[in-house]
Amino acid sequence: MTSGVESAGRPSWAARRRLSAVFWRRGWLRGLLLLLLPLAFFALIYLAALVVLLISAFWSVDPLTTELVRTWNLDNFKTVFTEPTYRTIAVRTIGIAAAVTVTDAIVALPFAYFMARLASPRMRALLFVLVLLPLWASYLARVYAWRLILAKEGALNWTLDRLGLPTLDIAYSNWAMWIVFSYIWLPFMILPVYAAIERIPDSFLEASTDLGAKGWRTTRSVVLPLAFPGLVAGSIFTFALTLGDYITPTLVGGASSQFIGNVVYANVGIANNVPFAAAYATVPLLVMALYLVVAKRLGAFEAL
Amino acid sequence: MKKARYVMWAALAAFVGVLALTAAGCGGSSGGSSDGGGDTGALPTKIGPGEGALDLIAWEGYTEDQWVKPFEQQTGCQVNAKYAGSSDEMVTLMRQGGGGQYDMVSASGDASLRLIAGGDVQPVNVDLIPGYQDFFEPLKSPPHNTIDGKHYGVSLQWGPNTLLYDTEKVTPAPTSWSAIYDPKYKGEITVPNNPIQIADAALYLSTTQPDLGITDPYELNQDQFDAAVNLLKQQKPLIKKYWGLASDEIDLFKNGDVVLGASWPYQTNTLQADNVPVKDTIPSEGATGWADTWMLSAKAKHPNCAYEWMDWITRPVPQAQQAIFFGETPANTKACAEMDKIDKGSCAKYHGDADQAYFDSIKFWKTPLADCGNGQTDCKDYTAWQQAWTEITG
Amino acid sequence: METRATRISLWAWMLLVVLFLYAPIAIIVVYAFNESNIQSWPIEGFTTKWFASTWHNQEVRDALLLSLKAALAATAIAVVLGTAGAFAVSRFKFFGRETISFVFILPLALPGIITGMALNSYFVTVGSPFTFGLRTIIVGHATFCVVVIYNNVIARIRRTSPSLLEASQDLGADGWQTFRFVTFPVISTALVSGALLAFALSFDEVIVTTFTAGAQNTLPLWIFGKIRLGQQLPQVNVVVAVIIALTIIPVYLAQRLSRESGILRRE
Repeated sequence: MTSGVESAGRPSWAARRRLSAVFWRRGWLRGLLLLLLPLAFFALIYLAALVVLLISAFWSVDPLTTELVRTWNLDNFKTVFTEPTYRTIAVRTIGIAAAVTVTDAIVALPFAYFMARLASPRMRALLFVLVLLPLWASYLARVYAWRLILAKEGALNWTLDRLGLPTLDIAYSNWAMWIVFSYIWLPFMILPVYAAIERIPDSFLEASTDLGAKGWRTTRSVVLPLAFPGLVAGSIFTFALTLGDYITPTLVGGASSQFIGNVVYANVGIANNVPFAAAYATVPLLVMALYLVVAKRLGAFEAL
Repeated sequence: MKKARYVMWAALAAFVGVLALTAAGCGGSSGGSSDGGGDTGALPTKIGPGEGALDLIAWEGYTEDQWVKPFEQQTGCQVNAKYAGSSDEMVTLMRQGGGGQYDMVSASGDASLRLIAGGDVQPVNVDLIPGYQDFFEPLKSPPHNTIDGKHYGVSLQWGPNTLLYDTEKVTPAPTSWSAIYDPKYKGEITVPNNPIQIADAALYLSTTQPDLGITDPYELNQDQFDAAVNLLKQQKPLIKKYWGLASDEIDLFKNGDVVLGASWPYQTNTLQADNVPVKDTIPSEGATGWADTWMLSAKAKHPNCAYEWMDWITRPVPQAQQAIFFGETPANTKACAEMDKIDKGSCAKYHGDADQAYFDSIKFWKTPLADCGNGQTDCKDYTAWQQAWTEITG
Repeated sequence: METRATRISLWAWMLLVVLFLYAPIAIIVVYAFNESNIQSWPIEGFTTKWFASTWHNQEVRDALLLSLKAALAATAIAVVLGTAGAFAVSRFKFFGRETISFVFILPLALPGIITGMALNSYFVTVGSPFTFGLRTIIVGHATFCVVVIYNNVIARIRRTSPSLLEASQDLGADGWQTFRFVTFPVISTALVSGALLAFALSFDEVIVTTFTAGAQNTLPLWIFGKIRLGQQLPQVNVVVAVIIALTIIPVYLAQRLSRESGILRRE
C-alpha cells in the first residue's frame, strides 16, 4: 500500500487519491456512474425493445405477406379480451401457474428447513449441490424424460402395476404439466426459502421454546412468518416461469393444454402475426406486474 | 423537493416516450423485402465456387446424414438444418430477422405461394439442375412454384398424409377417415397441430356430406368452413394430443398412448424400424398431401452452395434415399430404379412409378385464399383458418 | 429442539425430494445406453455406441462451443453490470430507486417469450450492430444474467455492515483500495455463486435464444432439433449425462467457497 509513495509513480497515486476524494464528497456522482452502466444497457436495449413490442400490439399484419401495417387499432386487444377461447387459455395458464407455485412451496418448505437446521455443514453442501445440479441437466431433456415416466406404458405405470395399484392415464394432460412444472422449478423455490430460514437466529427458536411453545406452534408462529418472504420470492420464479412457458405444454401437454405462451409462440414463431402475439402477451405482463407489486409489499425483494 | 421529483418523473416518461415513438416511426421494414417477386435481375448461368456453408429450413427427415454427408464431402458446403413442423413455421423462419438468415427452404404448396408473394424467394435457373429434365411432368412447372414461366425453386418430393394405426389394437384395419372421428377410440387419437388440418376435415365431409358441395378442400365458403370446424370441435374430446413434432406422434404410438392418427409416412417408417406394430393407409375418401419445393431465399448468403444442393438433391440416388427414408415419392422419375436397388419393391410401395391419375387423387396443400377461383370471392382465407384452429385446440 | 418424530419425517421428506429431483436425471443417464432410437419403457437393450457417435458429431461440438462462448460472455457482462447496479441501488438514495429495483427484476419475472419477441423485433429494426448470431445471443442472455448477479450481490451487500467501508477509509485507504481489499472480498462469494447460476441459466436457455439466435444452434437448440426429429435421441442423453458429470466439481467447489460471511447465526 505504501509502495507508490517513494517511487516515480507518486503523481498517479496522488491523482487516484484526489479522484476518490471527489467521489467520496460527491457520493451521488459515484452512484450515478455505477448506475449508468447497467441502466444504459437496460434502457437502450431491453426496455426500448419492450416498449416497441407493446406499441406494435396496436398494429396489424397483412395476411398474405405478413408485412406490418402501422394503422392504430384496438382489434387485437378486442379479440384477446372478448373471445372465450383466449379467456379459457389465460385462465388455464394462471390456474396451473398458481397450482405449481403452491405445490412447490409445500414441497420446498420442509426440505429447506431440513437443509438449514438439521443438516450438518457437509450434508448441507451436498444438498446444495444436489439441488443446483439439475439446473445443469438440460431443461428439455428433463421434460422429455417425464414423457417416458408418465406415458401409458411408461415408468410410473410400470411401478404402480408392480405394486398392484391402478394405473394412471395422465400422460399428455394438465396433470402431467402440473407435475412437470413443479419438478422443473423446484430448485428455484428451495433456494430463497432456504436462505430465509437460514437467517433465522437460533435465539428466536430457543426463546420460543422457553416461552412454552411446542414444535408445531413454533413452526407456525416463528418459522413460517420469517420464511414467508423467501416463499414469496421463490413464488415469483415459479409463477412467472410457468406463466410464460410454451415448451412444456408442447412436449407433455394434451389436447386441451394450450398456454398463453403457446398462442403467443404460434403467432410469432409460426403465423408471424407479432401484433396479435404482443397483444396477448400483455396478459402475462399485467398479471406479473400485479404479482410483483404484491410480492414487494410482502417483502420478497429483500429475500431474493 | 417534491416538485423536483415530479419534474424528474415527467422527464423520464418523456424520454421513454420519445424513444418509443422514434423506434416505432423510423423502424425499418420488419417483414422481408416488399418488392413482389424478389427478382434481382438475370439468373446465374453457371454455378460459382461454393461458399462453404448452407443454412436450410427443412421438414423433419429431409436432411439425413445418408445423403447430406456425401454432399458435404463433395462440395465442401457444410449443411446446417433447422427443422420446422408446419408451413407456417417455414414461412416465419424465412422472414425472420428481415429475411436472409436461411438460404433455402423445403416449402410445401401452402407456403410456396406466400413466400413468392412476400418476395422472400427468388427465381432459379433450372438449366443448371440436370435432374430437372427427368422430373415427373406435372412437377416440372407446377402452379405452386412456377409463376409466369419463372421457377421459384425445384420440385423435390411429394406424398400423402396417411392414416396411421396400431395393427394389434385397431381391428379390423380401418379403411375410412371415419376412424379418427369415431368415439370408439376416444382419447387414443392424434392429429397434426396445424390449421391446414381443416382441409382434411373438409375432404372427409366432401364424401360424407355431399350436399355441402365441397369440391376443393382448400376453397371453403362460410357454410362449408363452419361444417368442417364443427366436425373438428366434435373430434376434440377424442384427441389425446395434437402432435406438433414428428417425435410426438412417434412417442405416442410407441408408448401406447395413441392407437390411431393422421400422420406422415416418416413416422410409419421410424416406428416400423423400431418394431412397433403399425401400418398406414390412404383411406377411401382420399388424402391431402404435400408437394415440396426447395426454394432459394431472395437474400441467400450462400447461393452457390444452394445451387449445388439443388443439383445434388434432385439426382436419382439421393432422391431414392430420401424417398425410402421418409416414405414419399421422388420428383425424379429415374429414382424409381434406384429405389428398387436399395430396397426391392419400394418404388411401387411409395408410388415412385406413379401416373397422373394417382397424382391428381391427392389434394395437395395450398394456401386458402378469399378468391375461390371460380368467380366467387367469399372463401375463407388463411387467417380465418388460423383463428378457427386456435379456437378448436384452445 | 425438534422432536424425534419430526426429525425422522424431515429426513424422509428430504430423501423423497432428492429422489423426485433425480428420477428423470437417472432416466436420462440410463437411456444414454439405449439400444433403440426411440425412448420407451423398459429399456430395450444396452449399448455404448452413442458415445462414439456423439463424440464424432460436428454439430454437437459447434453447438456446445457456441453455448459456452455465449454463457461466458453473458456472465462476464452480467458480473460487471450487475455488481455496479447492486452497489448503486444499495448504497445511494436517489429518486426512482424503487423503480430501478423493479426494472432490474423484469427479465426474470417477465415470460421469456416476451423478452425473446421484443429483442427479435428490436434487433431487426435496429439492424447493423445487432446482426443475428453470437452477439445477439449474448445480449439476450445478458439481460437475465444481470438480474441474477444483481440479486445475489445486493443480498450480500444488505447483510454487510457499512461501517466496514468507513473503517477502511478511516485507516487511510482510497476508493480503489477499499474496493480491492474490503468490498470485493465481502461480495466475492456471492459473485461466484451468482455467476455460476447465471452461467447455468444461460447455458440451458431455450426460449429467448430461439428468437435471438438466427440460424445458429446453441446446445439447447440442437437438443430441441434432435427431440423434434425423434431419431438418434440417445445422443442427447449422452451429451446431458456428460455435462452433469463435468459440472459436479465446479458446483461443489463454488458451494464450499460461498460459506456465509456477515451475520453469523450461531454466535
